[in-house]
Amino acid sequence: MSSYTQRYSGPAIAAHWLIAFLILAAFPLGLYMHELPLSPNKLKLYSYHKWIGMTVLLLFVPRLLWRLTHTPPKALPMPAWQHRIAEGTHHLLYLLMFLVPLSGWLMSSAKGFQVVYFGVLPIPDLIGKSEELGDLLKEVHEVLNWVLFGLIGLHVAGALKHHIIDRDSTLRRMLPFGK
Amino acid sequence: MKIRHIALSAAALLLAGAAQSVEFKQVDTARSSLAFSSKQMGVPVPGSFKKFTTQIAFDPAKPTAASTTLEIDLASIDAGSKDANDEVVGKQWFNVKAFPTARFVSSGVKALGGNRYEALGKMTIKGQTRDIVAPFTFKQDGANGVFDGGFVLKRMDFNIGEGPWADVSAVANEIEIKFHVVAAPAAAAKK
Repeated sequence: MSSYTQRYSGPAIAAHWLIAFLILAAFPLGLYMHELPLSPNKLKLYSYHKWIGMTVLLLFVPRLLWRLTHTPPKALPMPAWQHRIAEGTHHLLYLLMFLVPLSGWLMSSAKGFQVVYFGVLPIPDLIGKSEELGDLLKEVHEVLNWVLFGLIGLHVAGALKHHIIDRDSTLRRMLPFGK
Repeated sequence: MKIRHIALSAAALLLAGAAQSVEFKQVDTARSSLAFSSKQMGVPVPGSFKKFTTQIAFDPAKPTAASTTLEIDLASIDAGSKDANDEVVGKQWFNVKAFPTARFVSSGVKALGGNRYEALGKMTIKGQTRDIVAPFTFKQDGANGVFDGGFVLKRMDFNIGEGPWADVSAVANEIEIKFHVVAAPAAAAKK
């Protein structure tokens, strides 16, 4: 039993599931809230959405650093093309984990609403208020989100395929309480 | 043309020298502004009123004799976004159909020392009248008088934001108002 059965490290597992949980909370919240008519409830949901997004962005930094300084367990045996897709998906997921909250942050600034983390910590506006830029960034944020959504679907499908069809430990070694 | 220019300069110099007895009355609307800042979920959101008229009579030598009235066209609000602009003219906020203008009428001005003053008066918005104290500074910029001031208005005192909007945890009760008024001396305007 060599490195094939090796589990992901504790911090990698924690970051994976925490960020997964946050993304899966922010995504439907974003879809729901933007259809609402203006109300105090809408203002609150927007704030929660932004706080979740900024948390993802904040967690992304140590997660990336950890990933760059630690070698993950070796991939289990699989056809080369599947391995390439899995790797590519992982890279794009990392990219979007950064770009999606960043585009939301920029969009909020362009729309004239500074992000104030948890209602107390003002996050600087990287760009000024601009209606055209705000509309453009809204599109960008939306498209990036759907790409992220698609990639997560692919990622989950791959994990389930390994778990159910191949019956290997690909998924188990990322589970928080597995062995 | 040249002579006129010199005459004007001389007049300006005279005015500057005689600043103690000049009454500033002619408000320059284009250079004056009325801005506010609300807090939504802790986020400061700036806004302004594009249309307002104000009358001022202020002589720095006799500040206690000063008076001012302000009338704000509430429909001219820019609350930071199109959604917000559509919302705040509605019934739960300003209800501009029934109450198109807000009005401030001063009852007195107190000198606080230096260039600092305080305007006291009554503010009427949406049928509600409340006493307001608005500290401001006065300075002369060339021949003009420049008034800068602000105060905190509690929106719930005027029922601005009723129904679900009465929730001050979403939109804070305190609205910061800032005004900048440029006024020319009455004498210069008459000449």
